[in-house]
Amino acid sequence: MPETAASQALDTFPRLLCHHARVRGGKTAMREKDLGIWQTWSWSEVAERAGALACGLAELGFRRGDNLAIVGDNRPNLYMAMVAVQCIGGIPVPLYQDAVAEEMKFVLQDAGVRFALVEDQEQVDKLLEIKDQLPLLEHIAYDNPRGMRHYTQPFLHDIEELIGVGRVRQKDHPDFLPEEIALGSADDVGVMLYTSGTTGKPKGVCLTHRAFISAAQGGVEFDRLSDAEEILSYLPMAWVGDHLFSLAQAMLVGFAINCPESGETVMTDLREIGPTYYFAPPRVFENLLTQVMIRMEDASAPKRRLFHYFMDVARRCGAEILDGKPVAGGDRLRYALGNFFVYGPLKNVLGMSRIRVAYTAGAAIGPDLFRFYRSIGINLKQLYGQTETCAYVCLQPDGEIKFDSVGKAAPGVEVKIADNGEILVKGPMLLKEYYKRPDATAEAINADGYFMTGDAGFFDEEGHLKIIDRAKDVGKLANGAMFAPNYIENKLKFFPYIKEAVAFGHQREMVCAFINIDIGAVGNWAERRGIAYSGYADLAAKDDVCQLIRQCVEEVNAQLLSEGMLADSQVHRFLVLHKELDPDDDELTRTRKVRRGFIAEKYAVLIEALYTGRSSQFIETQVRFEDGRTGRVAADLQILDAKTLPVVSLVRQAA
Amino acid sequence: MSGRKIGDVILDLQNISLRFGGVKALTDISFNVREHEVRAIIGPNGAGKSSMLNVINGVYHPQEGRIVFHGEERRKMEPHKAAKQGIARTFQNIALFKGMSVLDNIMTGRITKMHASFLEQAIHFGRARREELEHRHKVEEVIDFLEIQHIRKTPVGRLPYGLQKRVELARALAAEPTMLLLDEPMAGMNVEEKQDMCRFILDVNDQFGTTIVLIEHDMGVVMDISDRVVVLDYGKKIGDGTPDEVRNNPEVISAYLGVAH
Repeated sequence: MPETAASQALDTFPRLLCHHARVRGGKTAMREKDLGIWQTWSWSEVAERAGALACGLAELGFRRGDNLAIVGDNRPNLYMAMVAVQCIGGIPVPLYQDAVAEEMKFVLQDAGVRFALVEDQEQVDKLLEIKDQLPLLEHIAYDNPRGMRHYTQPFLHDIEELIGVGRVRQKDHPDFLPEEIALGSADDVGVMLYTSGTTGKPKGVCLTHRAFISAAQGGVEFDRLSDAEEILSYLPMAWVGDHLFSLAQAMLVGFAINCPESGETVMTDLREIGPTYYFAPPRVFENLLTQVMIRMEDASAPKRRLFHYFMDVARRCGAEILDGKPVAGGDRLRYALGNFFVYGPLKNVLGMSRIRVAYTAGAAIGPDLFRFYRSIGINLKQLYGQTETCAYVCLQPDGEIKFDSVGKAAPGVEVKIADNGEILVKGPMLLKEYYKRPDATAEAINADGYFMTGDAGFFDEEGHLKIIDRAKDVGKLANGAMFAPNYIENKLKFFPYIKEAVAFGHQREMVCAFINIDIGAVGNWAERRGIAYSGYADLAAKDDVCQLIRQCVEEVNAQLLSEGMLADSQVHRFLVLHKELDPDDDELTRTRKVRRGFIAEKYAVLIEALYTGRSSQFIETQVRFEDGRTGRVAADLQILDAKTLPVVSLVRQAA
Repeated sequence: MSGRKIGDVILDLQNISLRFGGVKALTDISFNVREHEVRAIIGPNGAGKSSMLNVINGVYHPQEGRIVFHGEERRKMEPHKAAKQGIARTFQNIALFKGMSVLDNIMTGRITKMHASFLEQAIHFGRARREELEHRHKVEEVIDFLEIQHIRKTPVGRLPYGLQKRVELARALAAEPTMLLLDEPMAGMNVEEKQDMCRFILDVNDQFGTTIVLIEHDMGVVMDISDRVVVLDYGKKIGDGTPDEVRNNPEVISAYLGVAH
């Protein structure tokens, strides 16, 4: 891209891109594994391609203020397209790539999308399926031409073709692009991200260049990130976290992003890249740990003993060593040995050998899970934020990690707690507005300019923020005791055998729960015991499995008992669901949070059975397969009682 | 499937009879295969479908009949010659090297294209090195095509059945065949795996123009993906034509559903 554009203040992403092309043009900006080999794009190549794509889009009729829908897995071309549309004053609107056509329809209609850029044939087919309901949609471009040979529709374009057209236009009108970039302002909307719809229909969150750049700037300074970082970009592009880490921060300091070969190869790719900076939701860390544990159980006895011995050492002193706190010499020596024999190789297998900073966010992380990673020397920290705040509200400072808090207010952010316990936030990273929803905007931002997060929390004595639950989810048991379902579910989900849990109890006399088993972990457990099963439903219905889950629930009850105000929330009765909760059946959001209300309605008979003391219940449920067809599964579910400890002991504890 | 043009007859089987001692496996069977088409062979158990496939790629030698492949008549054919002529196949019972990785298994599909001598390959130098890179590239394309990147380095024996079938298809594709013989590619698969496999078979046919001859039990699949179907029963041909013609053929109906006695 031309020099003139870069000489302006670096306050929009296109200007930042020009800057990097000038300052570190030869340095790697993006990588992607293709045909088994990592392919590289330098900053100057990225800038050139993004510029050409911008011109190609303009040639198609893309105008300032238009929205470009982007649907696909993390691909360099799609990231480039985000900056490309920003160059010509457009707004990228990334969508969740695993959404079915019907779900996409709402967002595409809401955003009034005229142009869409999608990854491959699969996504093109989805858009074609709903195209007659999208009168505004004019052009669809695709990244991967495989299988597209026979599509003759004139509104379909290969992205390479667009880039080619753009290059010609650039030659004919060399001033066009720099002028367009110069027109951009920091207060223009840079990206529109749709909320996952935990609460009703998705809303388009308009975030300005200034908001994302200030959020990225804060994070970069906080963790002293440089252009030498490597990050693996594998989380959905429509998620605010990926946008912050893979695009905003990378664009700000100029580090390299790496796109995996496919969704299933992430583990291998992670190992090959060895990122220095890593971001994953708790679910990913959970899955990794589950896999490690499964493989350790299959290892030979001496190895297993070695592993458990050194993991005990790590549990005792690993986190303290990482935080630079004083630790006894003997433990230090044992930890060093452990690092050589266990932690080092383990980190290597996980692809985490080079990690300087790892973050997790999106949901609460189990303290034990969190401690595990820190204890083996991975600087895992939590952050707190939401789409509306560029995922930037609180960060945990190095050396001040508390397992149950999300850290202190990030630089430049003001956080306060409302009278009802709700967390309020103010700062430059706040959303500009919800797209075409002034009513929702007015509801979310109060008169003093604070964004109302909807989360309940409190500051501890050292100024660390603790999140309890969604403010509206925190309920009360019939006896008036506090009921925080999320908190209980997270405790249950920490067991590798439990994949998902849904707790009920608001205005009821006791807490009951639905449990989803983890087919990987429980399947392995069953295999080692010679328990044969034919599939998920069969395994979930096994008596032994139910007993296994009962032990987990009872352990959670014991933990809850020791936590004062939550002692009443012990799970009295539970059942193991016959099918996995699935976003395709609307039971989870696309970011895989449980939709408690929907589930309660759908499985009302089961809840009734739990509370009326029945010991089994028949249920038939509709399921949706990946191709959109539906089928039915039926099962006779066992309902089990879990041992609860009398809350009387609470009084003794409190006394 | 608008882009694919079905061409001339490339394989013509004329009056084929095959006996094992006194057992007549195939009796006087004639049919042909056209370039770029998907040709299905169906029939009840023991109808002689696999024998037919084995005749085509030269494992069995029919006692009577002529086989014309690409205008060239042959009576006897060795499997390795068939492979050199561009015929690749998969097996009803998966025939992969269980202890080897997916990548290595697929690499064996390139064997007919390797020219470097044993010695050159042993020291991995010059021509051998160049060839290896070339073959690896081709294999990676196949891996990408069949979407099995995530199991590239996994030993085949550890994979579930559906994926093993896909790896076998990959190995056959690595040979860049002009004709692909598939022996029950969807046997024992669940609905989703079958759909995937169907998609891959059609993609192969569409993208590379590969002629496909397949044996399959699942009628729905056969009717959906084939251009023409030949029906065998007790070693004899009882039907031949488009899926619709075959479906309405009374002899075929009685072979499958039984006749009233």
